[in-house]
Amino acid sequence: MSPTRVLVVEDDAAIRRLLQTALVRAGHAVIEAADARAAMAALSIDKPDAVLLDLGLPDRDGLELVPLIKATGAALIIVSAREDTDQKVTALDLGADDYVMKPFDSEELRARLRTALRHRLAATSLSEKVVLGDVEIDLSARRITRAGEDVHLTPKEYAMLVELARHPGRVITHAQLLRAVWGPGHEHDVEYLRVTARGIRRKLEADPAVPKLLRNEPGVGYRLEGQTEK
Amino acid sequence: MNEPPRPDPDALLRTLALGNGTTDGADKGPGEGRRGRLKVFLGAAPGVGKTCEMLDDAVALRQSGIDVVIGLVETHGRMDTVARTAGFEMIPRKMIVHHGRHLEELDIDAVLARRPALVLVDELAHTNAPGSRHDKRYQDVEEILDAGIDVHSTLNIQHLESLNDVVASFTRVRVRETLPDRVLEQAEIEIVDLPPDELIERLRDGKVYVPEEASRALAHFFSKSNLSALRELALRRAAQAIDAQMLDHVRAHALAGKWAAGERLVVAVSEHPGAIQLVRAAKRMADALGAPWSAVHVETARDLAYSDAEARQLAGTLELAQHLGGQTAAIPAETVYDGLVTFLDEARATQLILGKAPRSRWHEWRHGSVVDYMVRNSSNVAIQVLALEEEPPLARQASAQRIGPNRWGSPTGYAVSLVLVALVTMVGHSIAGLGNITNIALLYLLPVLVAATRFGLRTGLVTGLASSLAYNFFFIPPLYTFTISDPQNLITVMVLLGIAVLVSQMASRVRDHALLARLSAAQNSALAGFARQVTGIADETELGQVLCAEVARLLDVRAVFMLPEEAALVVRAANPPDDRLETLDRAAARWAYDNDRRAGRGSDTLTACEWMFSPISAGGRVLGVLGVAREDTGAPVRTDQMPLLSSLLDQAGLALERIALETEMTSVAKLREQDRLRTALLSSVSHDLRTPLTAIIGNLAAIAPADATQAEQLGSARAEADRLRRFVANLLDMARIEAGALTGTHEPVDLADAITGAVHDLRGQLVRHPIRMEVSPDLPFVVVDPQLFHQCLINLIDNAAKYGNPDSPITIAARREPGALALMVMDEGPGLPPGSEDRIFETFARIEGSDRKGGTGLGLAIVRGFCMAMGLRISAANRADHPGACFTIRFDEAHLITGDPQ
Repeated sequence: MSPTRVLVVEDDAAIRRLLQTALVRAGHAVIEAADARAAMAALSIDKPDAVLLDLGLPDRDGLELVPLIKATGAALIIVSAREDTDQKVTALDLGADDYVMKPFDSEELRARLRTALRHRLAATSLSEKVVLGDVEIDLSARRITRAGEDVHLTPKEYAMLVELARHPGRVITHAQLLRAVWGPGHEHDVEYLRVTARGIRRKLEADPAVPKLLRNEPGVGYRLEGQTEK
Repeated sequence: MNEPPRPDPDALLRTLALGNGTTDGADKGPGEGRRGRLKVFLGAAPGVGKTCEMLDDAVALRQSGIDVVIGLVETHGRMDTVARTAGFEMIPRKMIVHHGRHLEELDIDAVLARRPALVLVDELAHTNAPGSRHDKRYQDVEEILDAGIDVHSTLNIQHLESLNDVVASFTRVRVRETLPDRVLEQAEIEIVDLPPDELIERLRDGKVYVPEEASRALAHFFSKSNLSALRELALRRAAQAIDAQMLDHVRAHALAGKWAAGERLVVAVSEHPGAIQLVRAAKRMADALGAPWSAVHVETARDLAYSDAEARQLAGTLELAQHLGGQTAAIPAETVYDGLVTFLDEARATQLILGKAPRSRWHEWRHGSVVDYMVRNSSNVAIQVLALEEEPPLARQASAQRIGPNRWGSPTGYAVSLVLVALVTMVGHSIAGLGNITNIALLYLLPVLVAATRFGLRTGLVTGLASSLAYNFFFIPPLYTFTISDPQNLITVMVLLGIAVLVSQMASRVRDHALLARLSAAQNSALAGFARQVTGIADETELGQVLCAEVARLLDVRAVFMLPEEAALVVRAANPPDDRLETLDRAAARWAYDNDRRAGRGSDTLTACEWMFSPISAGGRVLGVLGVAREDTGAPVRTDQMPLLSSLLDQAGLALERIALETEMTSVAKLREQDRLRTALLSSVSHDLRTPLTAIIGNLAAIAPADATQAEQLGSARAEADRLRRFVANLLDMARIEAGALTGTHEPVDLADAITGAVHDLRGQLVRHPIRMEVSPDLPFVVVDPQLFHQCLINLIDNAAKYGNPDSPITIAARREPGALALMVMDEGPGLPPGSEDRIFETFARIEGSDRKGGTGLGLAIVRGFCMAMGLRISAANRADHPGACFTIRFDEAHLITGDPQ
């Protein structure tokens, strides 16, 4: 199996080299681009499987590249500074798969990249069953069990859980969840999500006050932690 | 449709002030923003037992739990009075040394500091020792009342200002210590009555305190007829007060009924000493009618000729009117009649009180009588005329010093006029042969006109007489005699005299007019000039110099200009420039500044001071003080100059305010620029530091150590790099806080999420600290900026990990409190040094010896900055249950969402 090609779009040479080292060690082939123009060229020539994109580029707004990259079918991970929450969320809403924050933990980066790549492969055929610790979500049977026992969720709780379970390990923004579960026009009713998330946790978490399954990324969205099975 | 009768707002206010209104304003304790209530124990004469009555009353009040203290009670050594003061807290009196004598006065500051509910202050009409803050004790009492403390006091009826003349008329004792009626009008009155016979009995038994030196005079005073009359006055006055309160009640509650409405009294006053009687009479009449009243003085050209004594007399009269509760006005007009008629119209007066000085018929015939004129020319006004006693000692002595046109005319005037007459005679003589001599008579009009217009009435008359004599002597047959044969020529002589009178009167009126106009023009131009001068000034000291110079020039006084600096008032300019102020002067200046009222000589506060200090204010704020003083001991500013001074002060106030605003704006702009630079520097430095740091940390993480030593070195390098990274991140956060760039989006956040997220991000630091969560899963959501709140939690938990003992747990608890939700982060460690609970939130504040802990000194400052930006409160304290610190963030209801939204 040929190594996955990862395009690193980052204007700072030191960070670029750092990313390159980490990715090569994880067995990826790395293509580097210092600005948007080089990134566009690399996209069409090298056809990368995944892109790590820094939004602060010297020649163009990184956000403009997001739809272009998504159009090639590559997995997209945003590399962002801590305070750029708004840009990060916009990028996610535009279709980016995930984000890592600077200064990054290379373990975390590799995990995120792995998840994103898996989703790219699974984009057409959805996992039928998601297992998160002792919780099993059978999407085709619409059945949820915890330690083998049936768990009854409300329709909203179920819809939200399914939306998250489609992409386990990946962050889903508040707006994406709200649109999927409550429909267009509710993108700002974060309060709905909080209430529903509490309901899900009460039924699925070992300790609802210390959620391990359904994780919130402050100001961004939710993520289901755990491994999946086909 | 009939509107219900509407309560009169003024009357409502008065009943509130009396405390017997229907609202609950009277139930408040002292110092809660209401004015204190005054109760006066009113007696007819000394010895009726006012003080004892007041003390008995106070005992009853104290027993009902009211905080009563004695401010000052004169026992005169009488045992029954002394016995009654037992058990009361007494405020020590203030000792004042005056001319080697020790005088004791009420210590007003001690009363204000003690803040009782009620203070007893004897003898309301008492005059304070020179050098006290106020001249009169009632002014002390008013200040105490203003502070919201109730006062009980005593008063003998003869001390009441408006009754001063009446009492003097039958007791032949002129009382010097008087109390303005308005003070009594605002008070609740309790009458202490004793029949005259019993009082005389008590006096005979020596039960009434009488000072030795006054015993003879008082023997007359205490005659039965006097006491009866005084008793009647006291009773009547009390009845009147009750009547007035009843009336107020009726008006305030708009009960249907008729009362004398719409009456308005005006009393015309002049520099005449008798005008004081007029003012008192007006006050009595106004009270009887329940009508408002004003004292008016018409300023004519005559005012310019006032001697200082006369000007003072007039000022005193107007001041008395003010004290008695009347309004005062000084209006410029050409003649007294014109001024009065205009004023009566404007004031919608219904009654006019005039004084009639005893003058000869001759004087009236020449000058006209204001009384006659007013009686003839005003239709809607009832006119009361009071005969004035001539009080000679004042006025006349000063007439030699009068300034302005001399009524007798100057010798030069006479000489010039006579020369003119001689010239006309010579000219006439040379043309006498040419025709009718009556033409020559016309020629004589010339010197008469000149003399009357240029030199006044008397010179004109003399010239007319001289002309007619000359005409008669030289031209009328028989020539060279004073005999007139033809009656026609007699007419010529009469006409010449008549013309002299008419022309001189017209001319003098024109001259007066011009003088008045010039005077007001001079004031206006002085004001305009001052206004122009101060517009360009950008410095307070320069403004002070200009103001002092202008005031000194226009009012002929010395002037000092003071501004507050730190806590004190400092002289910033003076004219003459080397003026010094005594301690008393400074106290007066301070008082004027603090109370926004005039103080010092010529005002009613600290009058022993040589200076008069006026506050300079603008926009309701006192900005500075101007002091003026005159070389002689008189009031520094005459009443008629007050408006000019006030206008100058207004202008100065506006200029000061403008200067203050300008200075503020410049300094704000400077600060803003400094801030901008610092923020720019901070953010660019931290940004430029962060990128290489990321590379360093990443690369360190990628290095695989070859042996244990390297692993240790690598671990140390990583830890330090991480510390540097956190420091840079903190710097950046601080820069954001100080730039005010925290306009985050607020959204509902589940505390469980927020805490888990923060703990997750800190997992590296928390290896040695287990986290204990005491957060109920059904707490309300908090509305915060998720990023800022996340950072707050990170910093708080990180702080707890740093200062907590190794391997001790960190407890994070959230609890519902009434109206709030409290989130606490608690460690188990040494805790906070006592007293540092607020200081630790300051930038770069670090608890002693904390350097080793790797803190940046910014973490808690950032937490506070973020919390403030989100509208949350944060506090620090030591734990009650365990050694260690506890940081609490409180969310009030506005930051909580409780309801079920779906």
